[in-house]
Amino acid sequence: MITAREAGLIACRRCARAWPMGTKVCGRCGSRLMSRDTTSLSRVWAWWVAGVICYIPANLSPMLVTTTLLQRQENTIVGGAVEIAESGDWGVAAIVLIASVVIPIGKFIAIAYLAISVARRSARSPLARYRLYEVVEFIGRWSMIDVFVVAILSALVQLSVVATIRPGPAALTFALSVIFTMLSAQSFDTRMIWDPPRRRDRDDA
Amino acid sequence: MQPPSAPASNDRGAATPTAGGVLPVDPPEGLPPPEDLIACPGCDALYVAQMPEPTGRAVCERCHRVLIAPRLDAGLRIIALTLAITILVTAAVFFPFLQIEAAGMGNRASIMDVATSFRSGVLVLVSVATIAVIVLVPLMRTLLLLYVLVPLTAGRRPARHARGAFRLAQEMKPWAMTEIFAIGCAVALVKVASLAHLEFGAAFWMFAVLVIIVIANDIYMCSWSIWKSIEDAE
Repeated sequence: MITAREAGLIACRRCARAWPMGTKVCGRCGSRLMSRDTTSLSRVWAWWVAGVICYIPANLSPMLVTTTLLQRQENTIVGGAVEIAESGDWGVAAIVLIASVVIPIGKFIAIAYLAISVARRSARSPLARYRLYEVVEFIGRWSMIDVFVVAILSALVQLSVVATIRPGPAALTFALSVIFTMLSAQSFDTRMIWDPPRRRDRDDA
Repeated sequence: MQPPSAPASNDRGAATPTAGGVLPVDPPEGLPPPEDLIACPGCDALYVAQMPEPTGRAVCERCHRVLIAPRLDAGLRIIALTLAITILVTAAVFFPFLQIEAAGMGNRASIMDVATSFRSGVLVLVSVATIAVIVLVPLMRTLLLLYVLVPLTAGRRPARHARGAFRLAQEMKPWAMTEIFAIGCAVALVKVASLAHLEFGAAFWMFAVLVIIVIANDIYMCSWSIWKSIEDAE
C-alpha cells in the first residue's frame, strides 16, 4: 500500500484523479489541490464552535408555539418529545429525541475527538476513526428533520381560533446549528487520519 | 456515460485485480502515468484504476470506501430517473400536500406553503433554507446532471462547462434533503393526530415516489465513471 503523497503525487479529493506534486488545480474537475488540507482543522473548529453556540439557545427557547381554544403552549425540543411520549407514541418520541438531541451531541463529540486525534497524530485505529467520520457525515443531515416538522406543522395547523401552530426562535438556531455542524464535518480532510503516527511508525495492514 | 466495458487503460497487464477493479501500485515496477491512477479521496491510497465488471465495484483496501461502481446503462437510467425527479418536484411543489380538519374547519398546505411558513422576523431565513434544501437544490442538481449526462450518453462532446456543472451537482449532494423532509411529514402526522384529522393530498404520494427515485438515482451514479467519461470525451 502506497499513498499518493508517498508516490510524489497529489490527489484530487473530488474526482480521485492523481497529479504530479505541485499541481495547483485539478485539470479534470477544477478543484483546488492540496496533498493534505493544512487549513482543514481550523475550519473544522470554527464551524464546530459556531454549531455548539447555536445549539444552546436551540434547546432553551421554544421550537413550537401552539395556540388552541383553551391554552397557549410553548414547547422546546425536548419538551415536545416528552409530550409525544406521554401521548403513547414512544417510537416517534424516540425519533425526535434521537434526531435532535442524541445525534447533534454525538456529532459534536465525534468531530472534536477526530480533530484532536488528528492534531496529536494519534495511533488509534485509523479504520475505526474513518468509520466514525463516515457515520458522522452520513447522519448529520438527518437532524434537519425537526426543523421540517416545525415547518409542516406551522403551514398546516392554521385553523383560526381552534388551533394554530407557529414556529419559535429555536427553529432558526437549531437549523443553523445543524448547518454549521455539517460544514464542520465537510471541512475535515480524512486523509490526515491515515498519516503515520508521530512516534512509532506503523505499517498499515 | 461510456459503457462500463470500456476499460480504463491498464497496459501493464499485471496481476488480477484484488479489490474488483483497482490494483495497489507497486513502486519497484515504476509508477504508471497519473491518468491511469486513482487515489482514494478518503485515505490517499493509490491504485491503478481499472473499470470493474459491469456489476462489480472497486473498493479501497484500506478505508473500504467505494471508489468505482459502474452500472450497466447507468447513463440512460440516471437520465430517466432525473427527468422523473424534475417532473415530480415541480408537481409536488404546487399541489396541496397535506389536508387537515378539526371542528369543522379545514386547511390544506402545499410544499410551497410549508417552506414559506416561517414569516415572522428572522425566521424568514429558515423559510429560505427550507425552500432551498427541499425544492431548489434537488431541482438544480437534477437539471445539472441532465446537462452533463445527456451529451455524454448520446456519445457527443460534453456540454460547455460540463465539469463545473458536475462539480456543482456533487457539491450540492449533502444539501438535497428530500428524503429527510419525507420522514418529517410522517413525524408531523403523529404530532397533530391528537389535535385534528389529517389526510394526504395527491402531492404527498408524488413526494413518496420522488424519495424512492432520488435514492435509486444516487445508487446508479458513480462519480468516478462520470468524471472519466467527461475527460475521455473531450
